[in-house]
Amino acid sequence: MSQQPEQHHEIHRPPVLRPGHSLLSVTEKISTIVLTRHTSTGWWIGFIVGFIGVMLLLLGITYLFIAGIGIWGLNIPVAWGFAIVNFVWWIGIGHAGTLISAILLLLKQQWRTSINRFAEAMTIFAVACAGLFPLLHLGRPQFFYFLVPYPATTGVWPQFRSPLMWDFFAVATYFTVSLLFWYMGLIPDFATLRDRAHRWGAKVIYGILAMGWRGSSRHWRRYQDAYLLLAGLATPLVVSVHTIVSFDFAVGIVPGWHETIFPPYFVAGAIYSGFAMVFTLAIPLRAAYGLQDFITDRHLDNSAKVMLASGLVVAYGYLMEAFMAWYSGHAFETYVFTNRFTGPYAPAYWSLIVCNIVIPQALWFRRVRRTPIALFFISLVINVGMWLERFIIVVVSLHRDHLPSSWGMYSPTFWDWALYLGTIGLFVSLLFLFIRFLPMISIAEMRELVEEHDQEGHGQQHAAPPLHEPPVGQEGGTPPDASPEEDRPPESS
Amino acid sequence: MVPLQPYFGLLAEFTEPEDLVAAARTVHEQGYVRVEAYSPYPVEGLSESLGFTRSRLPLLVLIGAFLGGIGGYCLQYWVAAVEYPLNIGGRPLNSWPAFIPITFECTILVAALFAVLGMLALNGLPQPHHPLFNVPEFANYASTDRFFLVIRADDPQFHETRTRELLESLKPMAIYEVPWV
Repeated sequence: MSQQPEQHHEIHRPPVLRPGHSLLSVTEKISTIVLTRHTSTGWWIGFIVGFIGVMLLLLGITYLFIAGIGIWGLNIPVAWGFAIVNFVWWIGIGHAGTLISAILLLLKQQWRTSINRFAEAMTIFAVACAGLFPLLHLGRPQFFYFLVPYPATTGVWPQFRSPLMWDFFAVATYFTVSLLFWYMGLIPDFATLRDRAHRWGAKVIYGILAMGWRGSSRHWRRYQDAYLLLAGLATPLVVSVHTIVSFDFAVGIVPGWHETIFPPYFVAGAIYSGFAMVFTLAIPLRAAYGLQDFITDRHLDNSAKVMLASGLVVAYGYLMEAFMAWYSGHAFETYVFTNRFTGPYAPAYWSLIVCNIVIPQALWFRRVRRTPIALFFISLVINVGMWLERFIIVVVSLHRDHLPSSWGMYSPTFWDWALYLGTIGLFVSLLFLFIRFLPMISIAEMRELVEEHDQEGHGQQHAAPPLHEPPVGQEGGTPPDASPEEDRPPESS
Repeated sequence: MVPLQPYFGLLAEFTEPEDLVAAARTVHEQGYVRVEAYSPYPVEGLSESLGFTRSRLPLLVLIGAFLGGIGGYCLQYWVAAVEYPLNIGGRPLNSWPAFIPITFECTILVAALFAVLGMLALNGLPQPHHPLFNVPEFANYASTDRFFLVIRADDPQFHETRTRELLESLKPMAIYEVPWV
């Protein structure tokens, strides 16, 4: 009974790659975006907007170095403000890239192929933005290298029992491994660009980056081994990174921070916001560069499902936080939560609920999941919502301390906003440079996909009748079976 | 260095990956050892058909993981218990649960470095130039949609006419001599 709609669904599922592509057409389509001499006006506009943000960032950092972190809205009790909010927000965004490139690879999800490259780029740029904040927050940023365990003449060593040291190691490892993963994935594509570039300069630069890759079968074999192993290493890594970020809070005894649910809830939130950012980037990109053949509605549909699922985990996290606050009977915990709902920052809390829980429920409908503009809007809403979540965790938990005498309020200054908008500008300009100079879709992996589709196509032409057209005579008589091909013996002897 | 052979080898060009795999298998069965196949994407079974079945990379990554993990833990132990001991409320100096996150991160970091650098090292990369790039068809299409098989002239079995005949029997699109320069 339940098989019928299932089959129906299969038929109408859009393909991962629109049919009709060959090795050459895939290569040409993606490499031309990079190798063309013409830079579109849209690209310049986007890049300049991003670049203005970079200038704002540099201005904010310069003034910070001159005047110190007193230029921010920080105070006691709210000693962690925008810098930490933005740090957690950015690093969470990065996580979807690793999820797509590593976890979906291990799960053999073919649809990851055309979105993994720019999702990985997104990871690296987001982690770069994230990494700035803890360093700037140090107060004396010029001494950030004290975090590195090296034999100093002072004889002082870092405290390895501190979550802040764990954080340093986690973020540094995450950045390095993401960069390695990304670069390794790019090597065969650099070789393609080297071979297809007409200009001498491009040939030399891509040639150096390709390291002399020539597609030897032994090289491919080791390459695939390394890629798979790296995916296997990156999978626990990505979970560990946001877990450790959550330890920054959960290890402290502040009400609203000291919770065992933090690690899974942070990881789910990271995936949620990361997928939202993937949509925010992928939907305009595919429209601007005409990549609908490669980033099909199937990608959007599947990513939307992942986003919905992780969003529900986040919702569960909110619910459990509130439940535990009530169930524990702990006066401070209970107060922190009633304060979230009704206190001075209540509008932020209710906006968070609307952004992260209410509006994304639209993703239950397939029509919404197949409408790029709706997805784009929802992704923006989730980006805002996830930022608010971190604001609630960081600021709202701190502004009401154990002692009413030390209660305070936090309001961001111009310089807080300058750094936040500045990192968005940095992210945007890095991304624009990426899509101009590097292939935003993995060409080598798309070729594999073309070949697999070719083989599937041949198979369907020559072998058994297609799945979605059951023989007419059998209807009603025999029980409907889902896969006639599987039931048939492999070869009649 | 003066090369002993007049040219690097003979290169056969194919348009279909299946033909390349079949050709590689034939050439390997004929006893040629200095043979390599080239494809624009990883073709399943190609390296196996040339007799390359096991890469040492996984072992290398495992070694890297052990080095990273043990090194990471030892660093923390040495710093916290030997070089810079801080007595905080009489708690043990070797407080291993607090050392786990960094140990884990170091394990992943060193293993990942071994995976990528090991892959490059075992593949002999970076190697900016290779005689094969002297063949324009290889340089232009090997990374797009053509499949190549080269038999090196320094192969013990190599014979100018017999090897060429063998390659011709495999029905390639073309055969090229790969010049040294």
